[in-house]
Amino acid sequence: MLKVSGLDVFYGDAQALDNVSLEVTEGSIVAIVGANGAGKTSLIRTIAGINRPARGQIQFRGRDIAGAPSHKVCDLGIGQVAEGRQVFPSLSVSENLDMGAMLPRARAKRERNRERVLDLFPHLRERLSQPAGTLSGGEQQMLAIGRCLMGAPELVMFDEPSLGLAPTIVQQVLATIRDLNREGLTCVLVEQNVAVSLRLAGRAYVLENGRITLSGTGPELLADDRVRQAYLGM
Amino acid sequence: MIGQMFEGVPARALACGALLLAALLAAPYVVNDYLLTVLIIILYYAYTGQAWNIMMGFAGQLSLGHALYVGLGAYTAAAFYVHFGISPWIGILAAIPIAIAGGAIIGFLAFRFRVGGVYFAILTIAFAEFARVGFDHFNWVGGSSGFFLPVANYAVSDLWNLRGKPMMFYYLILAMTVLAFVICRLLLTSRIGYFWLAIREDEEAARAIGIDTFRYKMYAVILSAGMTSLAGIFFAFFYNNLFPEQVFHISRSIELILAPIIGGVGTLFGPILGAFLLTGLSETMHAILYGFGIDIPGVKQVFYGLCLLFVVIVLPHGVWPWVARVLGIKERRS
Repeated sequence: MLKVSGLDVFYGDAQALDNVSLEVTEGSIVAIVGANGAGKTSLIRTIAGINRPARGQIQFRGRDIAGAPSHKVCDLGIGQVAEGRQVFPSLSVSENLDMGAMLPRARAKRERNRERVLDLFPHLRERLSQPAGTLSGGEQQMLAIGRCLMGAPELVMFDEPSLGLAPTIVQQVLATIRDLNREGLTCVLVEQNVAVSLRLAGRAYVLENGRITLSGTGPELLADDRVRQAYLGM
Repeated sequence: MIGQMFEGVPARALACGALLLAALLAAPYVVNDYLLTVLIIILYYAYTGQAWNIMMGFAGQLSLGHALYVGLGAYTAAAFYVHFGISPWIGILAAIPIAIAGGAIIGFLAFRFRVGGVYFAILTIAFAEFARVGFDHFNWVGGSSGFFLPVANYAVSDLWNLRGKPMMFYYLILAMTVLAFVICRLLLTSRIGYFWLAIREDEEAARAIGIDTFRYKMYAVILSAGMTSLAGIFFAFFYNNLFPEQVFHISRSIELILAPIIGGVGTLFGPILGAFLLTGLSETMHAILYGFGIDIPGVKQVFYGLCLLFVVIVLPHGVWPWVARVLGIKERRS
């Protein structure tokens, strides 16, 4: 479904990604793990069309989207839930959700998607008219995911969805991602929380200093000595 | 379109609006020449404030160089009239595209190369300054010694050439202000208004939900520049003289943004209320001081500063949201 090959990304002279290749098959969860500054967010932002790659290809359903502007990428069906729960703080929960369905591809299905999102996150239904900025961290993350789903994406990239959330909420968010995946949503999950994301993922990649240094199925990486030492402290 | 205009507006707000409009329509028959001039200045700032508010209030792009668009509009229409005898109504057709081109260049440079926030504001100042220096040496329109429109005493007002009595200018600027208000209202309730709102709230998030932020920011700059250039034409034909040193000066750009800031950035009625408060109060104060035989130069600027200070500390979202609450009118997204 999504195939990245030989991707190089620079910020000025600093190289953020070096010859990164990965593949996401339809209906899977692919985890990208790595330390802070390894290039995880750069990778997501480049696929989303926010950063431009210097070299390399990004193919979505056989179509090269490398360097395409972000609104085009969104309209093809690639959604992203950005790091740090970027909701519109002074807009109500309801308005936030509507904002997610402004794309031509999503407008027609707005009402149906809205019901689906509110069934998925019943908490949000109780707070529809409340400003998004007044929600708790976990609720904001739910809203950010819900708003993304309003755009009727086929593939969603989650950037650090567990960042700054209480452990029980983290479990909820990750369970939601798993449920969405079971309903057919293809997911790319970028996490520092390596143990959890590897358990969830069908396939995983380890990113270090902008390079993919390891890849395999989730269980394979969980059993890998290098991963255990570097990321799991074992 | 008309339905969209009035949708969700409380009856009380409609009544207040109708009352104000009626008062403004009747005003020239009630007030003296001095007050009429004050009202013209108030409406002029209400109009330019609304135009600026589209960029800053709606789309979140801070311009501190709106004097550029005033000046481009003013000089273009004045040059067409003085050199070729062409009516300002035709001059509009050149003035708007020229101002839009100026705005589009600034917007393109800034948004293409991701210049945001304070740096964007500095860019807008820089272009207004370029224009000031450039027009100082542009002898076809008088250079630094000024550009003058022919003035004579007119028995009847000539609307086609904008030559005439203050009353004509009053109704003209009133029409412009009302039109700008209608445009702003329609914009805010349409999809483009929502996109601007998303960009203003969080540009990254706006991009993440698939909004073409470059395009919609450009629309905001272009609309704001085009509307502001009309104010420039009004300025040229009302004052009849243009000096680059005055027209393009940064203090013009600052004066122009005071009304919307005091009234409430991003609100519909804020710029209009702000203009009434600011100009109304400063003229009142001037008159009182003058009555006591005190005439201090620069007292108006000091007063503006105090107003700004008061609003920033006491009502940081502007006076209008507070007044609206007191009147029981809730304006969305204020």
